[in-house]
Amino acid sequence: MSASWLLIILLALAGLGFLLGRNRALASVGGDLRKLHSLPNYYGFNVAMLAFVPAVLVLGLWAVAQPMVIDASASGVIPQTYYQDEGALNLIMSDVRRVAEGLDLAVAQGVLSASEATVLNTQTTDLRALLGGVGVALGSEVAPEVLAAAQKMRVMTATGNWIMTAIVLAAGLGGFLVAVRMTQATLRARNLVESGILILLIGAASIAILTTLGIVLSLIFNTINFFSLFPAGDFLFGTTWSPEGRGGSEHLGILPLLWGTIYISLVALVVAVPIGLFAAVYLSEYASRTTRGFAKPLLEVLAGIPTIVYGLFALTIVGPMLVSVFGADGLGWMQGTRSVMTAGLVMGVMLIPFVSSLSDDIINAVPQTMRDGSYGLGATQSETVRQVVLPAALPGIVGAILLAASRAIGETMIVVMGAGAAARLDLNPFAAMTTVTAKIVSQLTGDSDFASPEALVAFALGMTLFILTLGLNVLALYIVRKYREQYE
Amino acid sequence: MTQMSKIERAATMHDIKISAKDVQVYYGENHAIKDVNVEIEDKTVTAFIGPSGCGKSTFLRCLNRMNDTIDICRIKGDILLDGEDIYDKRVDPVQLRAKVGMVFQKPNPFPKSIYDNVAYGPRIHGLARNKAELDEIVEKSLRRGAIWDEVKDRLDAPGTGLSGGQQQRLCIARAVATEPEVLLMDEPCSALDPIATAQVEELIDELRQNFSVVIVTHSMQQAARVSQKTAFFHLGNLVEFGETSQIFTNPVDPRTESYITGRIG
Ligand SMILES: Nc1ncnc2c1ncn2[C@@H]1O[C@H](COP(=O)(O)OP(=O)(O)OP(=O)(O)O)[C@@H](O)[C@H]1O
Ligand SMILES: [Mg+2]
Repeated sequence: MSASWLLIILLALAGLGFLLGRNRALASVGGDLRKLHSLPNYYGFNVAMLAFVPAVLVLGLWAVAQPMVIDASASGVIPQTYYQDEGALNLIMSDVRRVAEGLDLAVAQGVLSASEATVLNTQTTDLRALLGGVGVALGSEVAPEVLAAAQKMRVMTATGNWIMTAIVLAAGLGGFLVAVRMTQATLRARNLVESGILILLIGAASIAILTTLGIVLSLIFNTINFFSLFPAGDFLFGTTWSPEGRGGSEHLGILPLLWGTIYISLVALVVAVPIGLFAAVYLSEYASRTTRGFAKPLLEVLAGIPTIVYGLFALTIVGPMLVSVFGADGLGWMQGTRSVMTAGLVMGVMLIPFVSSLSDDIINAVPQTMRDGSYGLGATQSETVRQVVLPAALPGIVGAILLAASRAIGETMIVVMGAGAAARLDLNPFAAMTTVTAKIVSQLTGDSDFASPEALVAFALGMTLFILTLGLNVLALYIVRKYREQYE
Repeated sequence: MTQMSKIERAATMHDIKISAKDVQVYYGENHAIKDVNVEIEDKTVTAFIGPSGCGKSTFLRCLNRMNDTIDICRIKGDILLDGEDIYDKRVDPVQLRAKVGMVFQKPNPFPKSIYDNVAYGPRIHGLARNKAELDEIVEKSLRRGAIWDEVKDRLDAPGTGLSGGQQQRLCIARAVATEPEVLLMDEPCSALDPIATAQVEELIDELRQNFSVVIVTHSMQQAARVSQKTAFFHLGNLVEFGETSQIFTNPVDPRTESYITGRIG
């Protein structure tokens, strides 16, 4: 029986359990609700929970573990002489899986009968043509060893599925029966359901934390891996970035990329922070209710535009416009449309709604009594904003700015389209440069080997970015804490 | 009749500082102040009393246009300060509020140091020529607010870190630091212990030498102690206004009598 059918059966069981548990609880007190420990629905949920959750957990674990176990034992069928290393075995095993899959399909489509499929012989049947007929294309003729392994895989999968069905159904029914037997007036169903919910929440939180941990660990290990192939000093302090260096001389210095990242982000923040902040002050302190009503959503629409659209905007409009002023015909500072300025300006525009809507929320959270106090002393509106409202909102605003900085550092599309791909250490803001993120993309989109330094360097770059944004976030937290101590 | 003649006699004693004529206040549909006529004298303490929600704070906030900050609030009628309509288009509410200071019902210190809280008004209005003068103003104001001894060693500590009663006195000090001509105090002693209350009442008495003070209070004893004039509000109406001694000993309106004897409220 397939997993989806099992799931449907379990759901039905849970539904049935809910009704049964509820009714049984009610019946046990003759319909008098006050004698029950919990509300009747809790007894129902308790039964449904015990019938469904353990069985589904078993189903999930089995579904993950079964292919691994079967793969391991099927690969044992392939003789050692048949392959040189792990990589070759992996290729053979993927063939095995395709053959097994193809045979299943052939049986399902009626091309082969179930018994025919088990006694195939590579000498007498053209398996490649047969499987091609059911839509499974193979790269080469099927070797007898591969067929044997595939057959073993099919047999094991079939029995595995049967055992799984049996165990899952047993778990579901077992939980169901235990829960129904437990159901009586004194059962603390409410507390049981409560702890079930607690476990669910803990589970969700640990998945979030564990995946983050996993990502960080994989970053760290691959970075270490990279540093074993490439000297860390050259990476951290190298001033040239040219991965395809001639004659084996390879330069993977991060400094030009880091400089590009910081320069472009800085331009973006110089654009976004004042404009965003002033917009927020206008919207929350000066604008009438109606103005605010349409201006705020309008600003937030900017935040919904995909960054690739901003990239297009940078490439086709902002770049040429800058060139017409600063290019060869004008001041002569700019060579092409792609430059730090192009990307920085557009990225700044992208960040405006981010800064303004966060700051607006924070400014609005400053209590009205604070403003009243200032007005009551004869302060004007701008004095009140500058000396009372903004200082009170400062920690939040700093947090918003640092968040915007994190986004600027992580931005890729606008950089690729607006700033180009040239890794360069230059002070001229009209020169083309590139950033860490853009280089991560270009290092991994070629057809380079994933074990080479040119590919592994992406992890080191990712690690650098991660440390950079982590540092910014820690700084934001520190600033917020410091001011909070002072102000609350 | 007797009440009217008393007001007239008082008026000859001191100039009229603020005069309100037929004031109506609406919060949206809610008619919060109805037909209020009152004359507040210079160098006099006027007490506003009345049950909760009767509109004392609302009327007080009209006197320095603090109601401008509330969108839904509409005001009709005339309020004259020294004979000039404060709701006139030519009047700058900012300057008005520098002249008519206010202590709010809920203490609202700024998230700044105690010193900066008090120095806020003088700095905005340029009342001090140098740091020494500013220090002097701050110390004097904190002394008048009866809080100097408690905070003199921690002027750099945040004002929001003080206790509720200390915050209230800090707000009083902040308001007197700008030397307003009229000081509006909305329940300034609601969170104070008897000692601090006595000190604030002393301050009010001192302020009376030069300024006019309007105080909202729920304490009949306080109104009787500090004020020369008392106004009794009920459901948005000014029920009775006159000499404090007369209101407390011989009220004209039966509603005033039941309120001060504790039967309504
Ligand atoms: N900002 C506001 N928006 C809408 N209605 C308000 C507002 N402030 C006060 N009101 C209403 O106006 C009426 C008078 O309120 P006000 O605050 O003046 O009472 P009060 O006499 O000061 O009471 P208390 O002694 O409890 O402070 C009340 O009915 C109140 O609901
Ligand atoms: Mg009030």
